[in-house]
Amino acid sequence: MTKTNELVKKLVEEHGVARESLLPVLQGIVKEERYLSKEAMRDVAEQLDISAAEVYGTASFFSFLDTEEKGKYIIRVCKSITCDMKGKCELVRTMEDILKIKVGQTTVGKRFSLLETNCIGLCDQGPAMLINDDYYTKLTPVKVREILGDLIRKTS
Amino acid sequence: MTNITLKIDNVDVTVEKGTSILDAAKKVDIRIPTLCHHEDLCIAGNCRICVVEQIGKHTLTASCATPAEDGMEIKTSSPKIRKARKDIMSLLVSEHNTQCTTCYRSTNCELQDLAAEYNIDNETYLSVLKPNLEIDKSSWSIEKDDSKCIRCQRCVRTCADIQGVNALAVTEKGNEMRVSTFMHLTMNEIVCTNCGQCITHCPTGALTERRYYDEIWDAIDDPDKHVVVNTAPSVRVALGEMFGYEVGTQVTGQMVTALKKMGFDAVLDTDFAADLTIIEEGHELLARLKAALVDKDPNIKLPMITSCSPGWVKFIEHMYPNHLGHLSTCKSPQQMFGAAVKTYYAEKKGIDPSKIVCVAGMPCAAKKYEANRPEMRSSGYQDIDAGLTTREIGHMIKQSGLDFKDLENGEFDSLMGESTGAGVIFGATGGVMEAALRTVYAVITGRPVPFERLNITPVRGLKGIKEAGIKFENCLPEYSWLEGVEAKVAIAHGLTNARVIMDEVAAGTSPYHFIEIMACPGGCIGGGGQPIPTTDAVRIKRTEAIYKEDMEKPIRMSHENPEITEIYEKFLKAPLGEKSHKLLHTKYRTRKRY
Repeated sequence: MTKTNELVKKLVEEHGVARESLLPVLQGIVKEERYLSKEAMRDVAEQLDISAAEVYGTASFFSFLDTEEKGKYIIRVCKSITCDMKGKCELVRTMEDILKIKVGQTTVGKRFSLLETNCIGLCDQGPAMLINDDYYTKLTPVKVREILGDLIRKTS
Repeated sequence: MTNITLKIDNVDVTVEKGTSILDAAKKVDIRIPTLCHHEDLCIAGNCRICVVEQIGKHTLTASCATPAEDGMEIKTSSPKIRKARKDIMSLLVSEHNTQCTTCYRSTNCELQDLAAEYNIDNETYLSVLKPNLEIDKSSWSIEKDDSKCIRCQRCVRTCADIQGVNALAVTEKGNEMRVSTFMHLTMNEIVCTNCGQCITHCPTGALTERRYYDEIWDAIDDPDKHVVVNTAPSVRVALGEMFGYEVGTQVTGQMVTALKKMGFDAVLDTDFAADLTIIEEGHELLARLKAALVDKDPNIKLPMITSCSPGWVKFIEHMYPNHLGHLSTCKSPQQMFGAAVKTYYAEKKGIDPSKIVCVAGMPCAAKKYEANRPEMRSSGYQDIDAGLTTREIGHMIKQSGLDFKDLENGEFDSLMGESTGAGVIFGATGGVMEAALRTVYAVITGRPVPFERLNITPVRGLKGIKEAGIKFENCLPEYSWLEGVEAKVAIAHGLTNARVIMDEVAAGTSPYHFIEIMACPGGCIGGGGQPIPTTDAVRIKRTEAIYKEDMEKPIRMSHENPEITEIYEKFLKAPLGEKSHKLLHTKYRTRKRY
């Protein structure tokens, strides 16, 4: 039994095998493994006695349930109109420059993933972004450089 | 049960509470256009083309998804409605690959019909068709072209509601939303039974069968090849629909003439192989019953389940891989036919089997896959070279320029062209069971089944799961061990119903001896290769035509077919014999469910 198998088993025991357990189980996997691997989704399907396509349909609907392996730090820049008007594009360019990746990509060492997300409810303090579960507001290119700089130092 | 009354276009309509506005309108012959709606499926309400106006309400209402209420006043036609529908159509078309001239579904497409009806101009919305969408041609049976998908989700609901397979799902969201598979795998990599029900429920050309007729034309034109075609019972009661005949018209004779005129070297009848299936399967059932009842052999698997439907066979291989022992080892009639053509027929006619191209005309998409299974080469060659759907045969007849309605009735060629009424009814749900019981009862007791004119009505009809019992009395001496035994049988069609039956089998609580399962609702007459549309009303008419053809046949029990007697005398020797085992029986394989 792999680590993922055990995790899925534990989560299903906790939430039950009913169809409505699908989302909490998927969230539980993402919390531990940062993304839903093919193996994990198949495993969930088997445990819940539903098809793998159904699991994937649900997983791919939600921005916060990734189905591709992501970095340790997942940066999600808000792409809503408000943040856009407050300079989100410049932030993205700055981060692409620092991390040497484009939006949607992950750095080679799987440290950072740069993504855009739908509104995260911080329009009054935009432009805003999330790094994993922490939010950062009223961002400027300078602030973003500092934030990323700290993280890079922390992990190297 | 309460009734309510509403007014639709100033006509009073009384319906049961809970009826949708759409169905209430249908009752008084008022037509409301639909796209995502299909009688077989649950309500989705996502295309909005069926909008109507409710007096006293500002917004338009989707009539398929709104229950009628007492005192409601509905308008189904007004400038506001027409403008909305035209707009909806324009939006759908803006996302659709409108190369209708090259589309297989052209002239049989709901989107095309409605676009024409609402006279869509191309300038309201620019095309937002996503570039570089590739057609998925990976499956032997099904082609998936996302550029033609209007995301009505009829296929998704079909695969979930009717078949319980859920191979297709809605993935992503918003403008990225698409109908796809697990991790966007190709159709040959997923758990799909190839039943083709998604095809017959698709309103456009997004899902079609993989077509093989160009190869067949090439073979027909090749003087070196001896091209044999055999047609399944359900084809002859549905093919007429492709040529404007009323649903349920038998066109057997014209079909035979058309195929001959098209240049096939021999036009034979799959029903012959259906009769052969009954002999083999009937004896297999008797052997299993004897082993279980007399020898008390614990390894014998009962109930025995039919194996004629390749969609069903792939379903059980994926979903119940530990219970394959319950499947009859008999090949489907198509594959028995192919194996016999390239051995028995070749020998009798003195034709080199390597020169024979064996084509099957089938109501089925899964038969294409079945023909390509590696197990199906027991003649030493690929037993069936290609499986064509009823639709493909219709297209081929049109391509050949024949005026179908003017054709005279023709007769199937021989060998392997003779069949009985029992072979014909294979096309309808319950038919294999009825055919088997007719023969098995006669073999055991020496008398015909105790039903009026051999019609075993309890096994007929569109009920999802049917049960029946038949008691063996005054058996012939060699079958005295069956004296007083009541054979319990069940019939299921549609894989959701099959799952109910199989859950019982898996739990060891199945009370039956013999079960017939067909993948498609209604059996083969509602198959994934049949003319579109197929609804319950259509299934009923095609079924009636099948039973009518049965009644018209002079011989109605498989074991009385003279060609069957002949093939056993001259070639196979005995049912379940060595040659039968080699040519007519097969093995199954366990497949992954995920």
